[in-house]
Amino acid sequence: MPDPADSRRAAAPRPPALVPPGTASARDGLRRGRLLSWPLLAGLVVTAALVALSLFVGVYDIFGGRDGSAMFGITRVPRTVALVLAGAAMAMSGLVMQQLAQNRFVEPTTTGTTEWAGLGLLLVLILAPGAPLLGKMAGAILTAFAGTAVFFLFLRRVSLRSSLIVPIVGIMLGAIVSAISTFLALSAGLMQTMGAWFLGSFSAALQGQYEPIWAVLVVVVAVFIAADRFTVAGLGQDIAANLGLHHGRIVLLGTGLIAAASGIVTVVVGNLPFLGLIVPNIVSLFRGDDLRSNLPWVCLLGIATVTACDLVGRLVVMPFEIPVATILSIVGAAVFVLLLLRRRRHG
Amino acid sequence: MADAGASDAVVAAAGSGTGAEAGAARRSGALPSLRARRRYAAVVGGLSLLSLLSVAGVLAWQNPLPAGSEGFWRIAGLRASSLVVIVVVAFCQATATVAFQSVTGNRIITPSIMGFESLYRLVQTSAVFFLGVAGLDLVRGVWQFLLQLALMVGFAAALYGWLLSGRYARLQIMLLIGIILGGGLGALASFMQRLLSPTEFDLLTARLIGSIANADPRYLGVAIPLVAAAGGLLWLGARRLNVIALGRETAVSLGVDHGRHRIVVLLLVSVLMAVSTALVGPMTFFGFLVAMIAYQLSDTYDHRYLFPVAWLTAFAVLAGAYFVLKHLIYAQGAIGVIIEIAGGTFFLVHLLRKGRL
Repeated sequence: MPDPADSRRAAAPRPPALVPPGTASARDGLRRGRLLSWPLLAGLVVTAALVALSLFVGVYDIFGGRDGSAMFGITRVPRTVALVLAGAAMAMSGLVMQQLAQNRFVEPTTTGTTEWAGLGLLLVLILAPGAPLLGKMAGAILTAFAGTAVFFLFLRRVSLRSSLIVPIVGIMLGAIVSAISTFLALSAGLMQTMGAWFLGSFSAALQGQYEPIWAVLVVVVAVFIAADRFTVAGLGQDIAANLGLHHGRIVLLGTGLIAAASGIVTVVVGNLPFLGLIVPNIVSLFRGDDLRSNLPWVCLLGIATVTACDLVGRLVVMPFEIPVATILSIVGAAVFVLLLLRRRRHG
Repeated sequence: MADAGASDAVVAAAGSGTGAEAGAARRSGALPSLRARRRYAAVVGGLSLLSLLSVAGVLAWQNPLPAGSEGFWRIAGLRASSLVVIVVVAFCQATATVAFQSVTGNRIITPSIMGFESLYRLVQTSAVFFLGVAGLDLVRGVWQFLLQLALMVGFAAALYGWLLSGRYARLQIMLLIGIILGGGLGALASFMQRLLSPTEFDLLTARLIGSIANADPRYLGVAIPLVAAAGGLLWLGARRLNVIALGRETAVSLGVDHGRHRIVVLLLVSVLMAVSTALVGPMTFFGFLVAMIAYQLSDTYDHRYLFPVAWLTAFAVLAGAYFVLKHLIYAQGAIGVIIEIAGGTFFLVHLLRKGRL
């Protein structure tokens, strides 16, 4: 008659006495998939190269120019930091959103979250024109949170016949919110300001202006920590509850993180359309659906995509710039359409 | 046209609501009971009354000359052209949205998000961008109007031909791709808008917000026949639409060539939407608002009854809004936006109340 306490311990993931320590860690590695692998290192090198390139591409000659090193610190470093942080945060919020909604085609642009963030920013601009950047961010984050909550509420209430309805409804939702924003901007004479503000561009990421974007680092770290929980929540409410997870709380946490990332990025940089959609989809095309081991990939690919698009925007019409959002929406729309066509072929 | 005959027979058998031969005891169909018919008549009467009031309001309110005099009618005649525009736009939006929702089997989407508006925005914006303020005048004119129509309908037709035919035809993927392509075009437009001077931008903005004032009466000569043809075909095919709305499997088993009729209906819808957009500018949620009210009011699935109610509703809403905003609170520039917000709010409420999609 074995002791019930013993058998329970034996069923625990890491039985301390029965298996020698080396075997345990080997099994551990097998179960979770190796995080650091050669392909990831290669990805890391490519991304690092792009980031380094971003530091040295620009109109001002930082090597020959008189204030080269000062310019480097004032524009290039802030811009590159903003690229890295915004790229990682938006790609990861797309991934989290896809897990929570159990739908591959959602991300802040296709669910109205960015439009809500824009509405919040606009409200702050109208109601308190002199508000500091932090106040604008708070407004954007609050409305983004409300909007994302409305979206998840809708998903919970409505039973769907097709997963493709979700992004369609989300885009409609975004269109309404932007109609309201248009009305407000029109009556306040802010149309062009609004347009320029929302069109994501890193050209204004300068020393003294870009610092708030460091806050999304918190989001990035939080997603890494809570990754397993999001994976479980992505299995659906019933399974998550079976595994002892408070589904509602995780959805709330995810909503908060997504809202924070979208709000901050909208205020500091502007919209980065489709980034959260194409990056996780491409990663899972190659690697399957384990959120935890995909996270570093999503992070890297997000950074690499934004940086590459920004570099293209800087180089094509030098000495002028094309906003990164314009390039991203064209590239993103093309990739999105390709993904849809692929899905069409595979049923 | 064997399939058309079959579908007609089925619908006639199922829904001879107006036929006198059907006995009072066993009657099913569009308006099964006397009460339903009375209700429908009351709805049509009420909407007509509202429409007439709006018409009278637009024509006569603050008309400086005494009613009935020659000058009175001259001023009324000047105002009447905007009423004609409202009739056309109401017809386009109402018919197109109802037909589109039936064909797609989805009552919460509107055809206007399918890239028509983005194309319109892009055309107008590039006119200003490349040719300056003068460009806005260059895109006015009957030929330019026709060119814009051709562009929008061509876009839609290419999309349908590409994605709705062949082995992998899936409607929802087509919808989503249309929306995404529209988004891409919109991004190009907003990039160009960013580079405009504030004056140019202001002039452009007026054009990019749906407004009756955007319509040039010269276009009506082209627009009305087109709309009458496309809308007339849809109204004539109302019985077939009833069958298509039952879903693909049912429609096919009832003998309707679902795939082909779906493309035909979508093409007609694209003509109507293109005319409406090129005439007055984007009105994303107007059609949705009107269709939803029409479903509630008419309480039937039969398109022969739905279409008239939807048209009347659209006219009453648009003419009423035009009258109130232009003559009572002097905010006519914002008509499009206010209808958008009303429609959008309804959409949100509807979305959260609805159980199944």
